[in-house]
Amino acid sequence: MGIVSPGFQGRPRSPGAVTLPPGQYLTEDFPVLSAGPTPRIDVAGWQFVITTEDGTEQRWSWPELLDLPSEDVTVDLHCVTKWSKLGTRWHGVSLDTLLADIDTSADYALAHSYGGYTTNLPLADLLDGQAWIAYRYDDADLSPEHGGPARLLVPHLYLWKSAKWVHGIRLLTDDEPGFWETAGYHDYGDPWREQRYQGD
Amino acid sequence: MARAAVPGRLSWRVARLAAVRDETTTARTLLLDVPDWPGHLPGQHVDVRLTAADGYQAQRSYSVANAADGDRVELTVQRVPNGEVSGYLAGPYAVGDPVEIRGPVGGWFVWRPDTTDPVLLIAGGSGIVPLMAMIRARRAAGSRVPFRLIYSVRTPADVYYADELRRRARDDAGLDVSYVYTREAPEAWPGQVGRLGVSRVNTDGWPAMLEPACYVCGPTGFVETVADILIALGHDPRRVRTERFGPTGG
Amino acid sequence: MTDQPVTSVLPEGRHLTDEQHLPDEHHLDGNALAGPLGEIFAVDVTTAIGRCASCGRAGPLAALMVYSDAPGLVARCPHCTGVLLRLVRGPVDVWLDLHGALSLRIAVPTG
Repeated sequence: MGIVSPGFQGRPRSPGAVTLPPGQYLTEDFPVLSAGPTPRIDVAGWQFVITTEDGTEQRWSWPELLDLPSEDVTVDLHCVTKWSKLGTRWHGVSLDTLLADIDTSADYALAHSYGGYTTNLPLADLLDGQAWIAYRYDDADLSPEHGGPARLLVPHLYLWKSAKWVHGIRLLTDDEPGFWETAGYHDYGDPWREQRYQGD
Repeated sequence: MARAAVPGRLSWRVARLAAVRDETTTARTLLLDVPDWPGHLPGQHVDVRLTAADGYQAQRSYSVANAADGDRVELTVQRVPNGEVSGYLAGPYAVGDPVEIRGPVGGWFVWRPDTTDPVLLIAGGSGIVPLMAMIRARRAAGSRVPFRLIYSVRTPADVYYADELRRRARDDAGLDVSYVYTREAPEAWPGQVGRLGVSRVNTDGWPAMLEPACYVCGPTGFVETVADILIALGHDPRRVRTERFGPTGG
Repeated sequence: MTDQPVTSVLPEGRHLTDEQHLPDEHHLDGNALAGPLGEIFAVDVTTAIGRCASCGRAGPLAALMVYSDAPGLVARCPHCTGVLLRLVRGPVDVWLDLHGALSLRIAVPTG
């Protein structure tokens, strides 16, 4: 640990009575993290595509996505850069709905985004009410800086798994590490077991 | 989680605050003592790291404001709204207290006093800091290389080093300083109020055919606009060096 | 060693082109790499000339678009926005991915 600078508090963070994953600090704001320029995406051309391990694709246009059964969810976000934001409110389509008619024996998924970002996770972690394609945040359309028009939301894992500007998901029989996973971050990323880096 | 230190090269050193100098109501120069400081080139920066009592850490980069001077490192810090590091450094940080610094770093955005090409410095807001280090180093080296500074600020109250710049413009032979006010100008200001544009760069800068070394520093948007202008005016892109400070420039 | 002229030098001007991206003022430039890379390189690589593997253009690392509000540092080509470099500082190691750079040409002091 570095030498302490007396009187330095950092951004407002209140331990309070909440239990955070190890190493996390509570934040009230919503930091914008990005690995690149914000893609400009026109919903007229937007598509979400699920590709199975044999190459079969299923696609949804923007109107088709909005037509699907959707839900409000309130979740906690944990970013690997150590901030956590609790009680965030989103609206979107559950991956259970999108994957309902997909025939697959794949165990893994690779989410890919407009702009080239990728992130991997087990397919099982996208199911059973654990993941959404979210297009509204806090009662408003999801802003581009936070991943709009739509992002993946998988709150039980570190936030880098919740790919912004999501374009699709490839279902794979073998795990394929994504953007941060090939640069040292953990393949799974469970905040409660503090799985930040490869080897944690 | 403790980090293993990569040995040697550039490790964190402890710096202590020796004195402060207020530049504006929201910006302050920190005069730090850094034992065994190896010296620095004008234009270089340091990374500053703060640790809270519970282990929380935050880190930011700041350009070094002074010319190399033994163990003394001066940083001019602008207090940024909601800035957790600047709010501390330009706030409660007290004489005698420690911070960690790493550096000096940056070999690109530097001016070496043994070069002879004329120099054009263009600063947006807090971007003046590394350029001031160049101006100070020029004087310290007794250099007569022609320097022109164009310093863009919102209002006169936002000027850093105001008195010193006035004095140097008068006393440092070969240094010209001009100001651009984007929101509010001094009383009886003959020029316009507004953003730095092609005509001011053309008038107050060096012509491209003199092949000056150009240094542009400030918020990202400012730097990109000005760099575009310089290239449009015919400056060789390879002679334009830039340092972006991010959105707020703080 | 012959002194090859550096062709297609990336201008230090506007980092972002185009209709594909929203205006972005949050990025820094490669000067911000100096500290983190200084932990692992004995020479200052921000002055090194890197050639982008995506578009082939070359320029000093100091001119790259650097995104630092992220789980790691990402440095992109100012011409095509392709990723040249990624740096992740973990607790016990530094991960440096340079596969986006075809080559680095680094000046070394003589003598």
